[in-house]
Amino acid sequence: MKPALFAYAAPQSVEEALEILASDEMARPLAGGQSLIPTMNFRIAAPSTLVDLRRIGALNAHAVEGDVIRVGAMTRQRNLERDGAVQRANPLIAEVLGNIAHIVIRNRGTVGGSIAHADAAAELPCMLVATGGSVVARRAGGERTIAAEDFFHFHMTTALEVGELLTEVRIPALPPRTGYAFQEVARRHGDYALAGVCALVTLKDGVCTAVSLAACGVASKPTRLAEAESALLGAPPEGEALARASDAAREYATAADDRQASADYRRDLASALVRRTVTKAAERARERA
Amino acid sequence: MARSAARGTPLGQSPDPRVAVSMTVNGERVEREVSPRMLLSDFIRHELRLTGTHVGCEHGVCGCCTVIIDGKAGRSCLAFAVQADGASIRTIESVADADGTLHPVQQAFRECHGLQCGYCTPGFVMSIVDYLEDTPDPDLSEDAIREVLSGNLCRCTGYKNIVAAFRRSAELMRGAR
Repeated sequence: MKPALFAYAAPQSVEEALEILASDEMARPLAGGQSLIPTMNFRIAAPSTLVDLRRIGALNAHAVEGDVIRVGAMTRQRNLERDGAVQRANPLIAEVLGNIAHIVIRNRGTVGGSIAHADAAAELPCMLVATGGSVVARRAGGERTIAAEDFFHFHMTTALEVGELLTEVRIPALPPRTGYAFQEVARRHGDYALAGVCALVTLKDGVCTAVSLAACGVASKPTRLAEAESALLGAPPEGEALARASDAAREYATAADDRQASADYRRDLASALVRRTVTKAAERARERA
Repeated sequence: MARSAARGTPLGQSPDPRVAVSMTVNGERVEREVSPRMLLSDFIRHELRLTGTHVGCEHGVCGCCTVIIDGKAGRSCLAFAVQADGASIRTIESVADADGTLHPVQQAFRECHGLQCGYCTPGFVMSIVDYLEDTPDPDLSEDAIREVLSGNLCRCTGYKNIVAAFRRSAELMRGAR
């Protein structure tokens, strides 16, 4: 199918883009288009105006600054995936990106686009929640920083308001003594995940001193698995504590049965993926120590 | 805003706004006025009459419409022509030499029988050309090759020979260096 009619603008600056977005609440920013254009081709989305961000050079930059990786919204996923400095600062990022669709999609897909689109099954939002990252939203005359946990509200629904533009994503570097893992289960390679889990495990003397777990695909937004985290805190990441964490993850899989998977199956996946990712993350934490 | 204004357009006239675009396609400069909603795949096929770029699913799943946009393989059905303003595009028509000598990737597909009906082939070839130009010493394990090829679907289910063609492409391109 073909998209419905829309007007097109390709401004040179964030200010200009904000002006257009503020003047028309049905206008939408166009980043890499790898999610927005298919939804427009199906006429699920029909924005009045597309504000193409590709000419705004300031949005297409990223840098490791101390313990934070600042990623301009228009940074292509594949560029971030292949950046050595980013890999050293937080190797979780490349592992997560490798699960997004296919190389050809990641060549065009952007980091900011995926996060602003906020598909509940998408990998990057899940990673941002797990790492405790944040986004920068600009509006005419100001900007605010929104923590990942406050940013995602529901399927494709975020804290962004009309006239606001996501300009930057901030991902913390991997903390010391910490291991990481992201794994997902999908029907076909490259599909959106039926369920995915992102784990960060910090070990001291064989015991978890910090644990962060987030899941995608199992609820209406990327979700922190707080109960599973507390089951592991102060315990070694194995045996009984891991079994309790893995069990606690089931409660967070609230998605109803759909064509792809039953609710029960998703609960099983959340549970199994917590076990696998925590084990992998703990192994990596030991290697780094 | 734009749409409500367009509803008043008389029948038979396109309500679509026109946007001037100019880009380089296979080394030649092209200039057209297009509707913002024209997909790059339709622009290539209908405006430029370069019908080697195929359109399968039109939502980014099948990979048939893959072209190289500013040096990176991309789905032409997941881009609007207006987004390619100022860009340099390569399509399957540019891959063989002007005298008909096949590109190593095309040669490899031929040698390995990497195609049956051929519908998906331009997409596979463009994905592989881009990948191998970017990664001259690729991991040639079965898993790694399938990872690269995973973005392209073949409905004749000929993946075994396509994997072989990828491996042969890498050999031929290495030999050519």
